[in-house]
Amino acid sequence: MKERIRRVLADQARLPKGVDSVSDVDDLYAAGMTSHASVGVMLGLEDEFDVEFPEELLRKETFESVAAIEAALAAIVDPARDATAAAQ
Amino acid sequence: MTATDTVTGADLAKATAALSSTQALDIAQRIGAEVAAPAAADVDSAARFPHETIDALREARLLSALVPTEFGGHGHTVTEAARIVNEIGKHCSSAGMVLAMHHIQVACLSRHGHTPALADLARRVATDQLLLASATTEAGVGGDVRTSRCAVETRADGEFELEKQAMVISYGQYADAIFATARRGPDSSPNDQVLVVCDRPSTDLEPVGDWNVLGFRGTCSLGFRLRAHGSRELIFPVAYGDISSATMLPASHVLWSSLWLGMAASAVNKATKIVQGQARARPDARPPATMRLAELIATYQVLADAVTAGAARMEEAQIRPEVSSSVRFALSMNSLKVTASTMLVDIVGKAMVICGMAGYRDGGELSLGRVLRDAYGSMLMVNNDRILDNNAQLALVHRGF
Repeated sequence: MKERIRRVLADQARLPKGVDSVSDVDDLYAAGMTSHASVGVMLGLEDEFDVEFPEELLRKETFESVAAIEAALAAIVDPARDATAAAQ
Repeated sequence: MTATDTVTGADLAKATAALSSTQALDIAQRIGAEVAAPAAADVDSAARFPHETIDALREARLLSALVPTEFGGHGHTVTEAARIVNEIGKHCSSAGMVLAMHHIQVACLSRHGHTPALADLARRVATDQLLLASATTEAGVGGDVRTSRCAVETRADGEFELEKQAMVISYGQYADAIFATARRGPDSSPNDQVLVVCDRPSTDLEPVGDWNVLGFRGTCSLGFRLRAHGSRELIFPVAYGDISSATMLPASHVLWSSLWLGMAASAVNKATKIVQGQARARPDARPPATMRLAELIATYQVLADAVTAGAARMEEAQIRPEVSSSVRFALSMNSLKVTASTMLVDIVGKAMVICGMAGYRDGGELSLGRVLRDAYGSMLMVNNDRILDNNAQLALVHRGF
């Protein structure tokens, strides 16, 4: 899943130093992802994974790292998992 | 000079007692009518700082409305502070705007200033009634305040150092401290921003350009080359992006729209006075403009209710962080700014038609010239197109109401 997330980030996040410069837990916003780019990331993830992010996950924190995105996607696929808890 | 140098302990206790929001509103009504109103025409024509109004607010200790009581402030809510801004704005748009912008910085300080130096600054806002300004725009990035070119540097002695070409610092030369945005460090990306307090004694301001504009002329919103240094504790410990979305943007839109409501009220009041005067002159025939006035009052009421609802929404978000970071909250607060500023221009324009020549004349008790010029500033000072562009982006991810 991380590889697919990173592919979307490579297309959409527009990180000045590229997506390979960040670890799974590095802050993507600190690495240069703008709020504008994060919208593209979200739409790209929805397309890639054929999901729709629910209202409560449409927050900055959901997209702040590869790991946070993975946790959020896991929670959408399996609602029994709490995305917030998984992200922490 | 500190307060204890000049006053006795009893005076001090009295001076530092928190005002209730009702007391504060009474004082603001008096300052608005007795100080801001008589000075407003001169502030406008000379494009000068409304110093008598700000001095009066300072003397009445109203600059610390949003400082928590444990730091010596009045502990008012943003809604309560917005009512005071509204009151001043009925008489002098510029003075109301200065107060609103000051409150925005205090709101950020009170909510996010979790370092000893920032807590001390909050105490000083209360004891010394400091006036706070902000430097969020920068040459080279346009009006995109979520991007910085300048960066916080660290000096050999461990203090921070900052140099910023600020396109605008409203009332910069009259402020006691300036909150500036900058990249976190020399290697940080443009959107990895922090908020830094530049204390006036350790800040050098070199004015760039002049300030000769149509409205809000008393805000003296010149450009400046800012050079500052100070303790690294004066850097907010939270990312600027988070301060912006949780506090600075919503507080701005609530305080500004409350100011604009006050400006709208002054225009509606003049239209009312004209029509009632016409009615008294001819009690047998209702003046033709009466229907227009009734319509105008309906429009004003929509604006008033939008401002009240926006303030309540912000209060809710302050106690529920999951609300303040939601798409819906950002959409609604941005919408408040765009709606309120657009309605203000509409209301003043309609009041002009009702007032006729008395409103169109420059000067005189019923002139609408100044408020009309000021009103357009509300759509431009943070351009509505930029805010709508943000909302256009949010609309792509919004999940519906």
